[in-house]
Amino acid sequence: MNESLAGEVRVAARRKSAPSGEVIYRHRLVTRVTHWINLLCFAVLLLSGLQILNAHPALYWGQYGADDDRAVIEFSAYADDNGDVAGGLTRIGPLTLKTTGVLGASRDSDGALVARGAPAWATLPSYQDLATGRRWHFFFAWLFVLNGLVYVIAGLVTRHFKRDLLPTPAELAPRHLLRDIWDHARLRLPKGEAARRYNVLQKLAYLGAILLLTTMVLTGLTMSPGVNAAAPVLLDLFGGRQSARTLHFLSANLLVAFVVVHVAMVFVAGPINEIRSMITGRYRLPSNDGSEDRS
Amino acid sequence: MIQRRLIIPPPSRRGLLAAGAATFGGLLLAGCDRLSNAPQFQSLLGSANKATYGAQRILLSGQPLAREFQEKDLSPVFKANGTTLPADPRYQAMAETGFSDWRLQIGGLVARPTSLSLADIRRLPQRTQITRHDCVEGWSAIGKWTGVPLGLILRSVGLAPNARFIVFRCADDLDGSADGSGLYYESLDLIDAFHPQTILAHSMNDQPLAIAHGAPLRLRVERQLGYKNAKYLMQIEVVDRFDRIAGGKGGYWEDRGYEWFAGI
Repeated sequence: MNESLAGEVRVAARRKSAPSGEVIYRHRLVTRVTHWINLLCFAVLLLSGLQILNAHPALYWGQYGADDDRAVIEFSAYADDNGDVAGGLTRIGPLTLKTTGVLGASRDSDGALVARGAPAWATLPSYQDLATGRRWHFFFAWLFVLNGLVYVIAGLVTRHFKRDLLPTPAELAPRHLLRDIWDHARLRLPKGEAARRYNVLQKLAYLGAILLLTTMVLTGLTMSPGVNAAAPVLLDLFGGRQSARTLHFLSANLLVAFVVVHVAMVFVAGPINEIRSMITGRYRLPSNDGSEDRS
Repeated sequence: MIQRRLIIPPPSRRGLLAAGAATFGGLLLAGCDRLSNAPQFQSLLGSANKATYGAQRILLSGQPLAREFQEKDLSPVFKANGTTLPADPRYQAMAETGFSDWRLQIGGLVARPTSLSLADIRRLPQRTQITRHDCVEGWSAIGKWTGVPLGLILRSVGLAPNARFIVFRCADDLDGSADGSGLYYESLDLIDAFHPQTILAHSMNDQPLAIAHGAPLRLRVERQLGYKNAKYLMQIEVVDRFDRIAGGKGGYWEDRGYEWFAGI
């Protein structure tokens, strides 16, 4: 019997002997507090960000970009014969989609269809007000950065990143990765002892989210003319202010996709146990015997 | 008598959940809108701008230059924003004679108040720069500007010891107000006023400034957003405070909710 196989057998044996429903201390206080502050910041930044986007709902590539330049992504409205707003369009490169009611044109609080990048329910404030949207955005951007710094410093000091988030070479082996993906696709999540630690897909998803959040900060700063003068290297890194603005938007979209999957997985894995673990830190290991503990 | 039977379907669980989510979302939205309108909350949110101003003043303490571009990077069309033709008949009369009667008044807390004609300004040492203009709305345009450094003029008139801000008064009234309450104005601190790229530009892309872009003279302040770059300059006033000018926030857009420091 070779060594890795022996290891598999040992793990399998441990899995069988793992006490059913053992409660472990999973998340440190700093992780839990920064997680919820981060959620608040993300929600406000997303909605106020869409308010800011609505002031000029077109995205360009390069150093400059305005009305007469070709946008790579654009939300616009079209009018009927009377000149009234008739519908909304989303153009992504050569592709144009009719997105009436959501993007390009949506209903205002009086029920009238108006030209608007993102709809009222997705912006902060709900009505068009760039100045107030910017206030919300920059206040929560500061809070987000300070909160992120606390998280990163704590993660380094407590070795949270190295121990819990960095995948091991064995986990990154294609066989292992494919098996995890196959298991997740069938919603067969790790149980018992195997659920004590993050699986490799979790690790990659969380590291991906951290990378995207870092990209949000850097592309955000690249849009500041003051920061441009202090750190022109950012302009080279992202290929210009307008490219940075586009990447800021795309990264935000990917983060929304992350949140959707993240929340879905919380529900699949057992919402009460998962949410409790992010509040109290205590997590009940899902038992092996098939009687899934959903509490 | 007609019997009417009302059939009310029992509310489905999914329907209740959706209605609950919509109600919760609606309440949240209404709550956020109410917060957005509360002056105290506005000023709490605005406190972040003080942090931004402080942080950028530290980052920019070495007075680094904004990036300068090449001719090939120029925007094919430089978007004209805000006022594109001031309505004031006195301005239009000056425009008809090529601004030969126009004079820039410089006063306030200075040792030697003065006024300069366009020819005077063109005779002073010049700076040309190809820079990016960033609108608060999100778009950018690259243009080539020629003008006289503001710092040079300020040094020649001599600032009083209590001078803290430079106020720029313009010919355009964005509100079209009858009483002048909508007249455009802006203000800078002395750090940006004396920055080498802060110029009073009379030319754009090697041509005399077009009316849509602020003829005869506009401010270029390259490390802040577009609304700081006042067009149609008429008067420069050196002050120790600006809270008694117009709406008291230091600029036309500042009086309408935008931040005075526009480095972000």
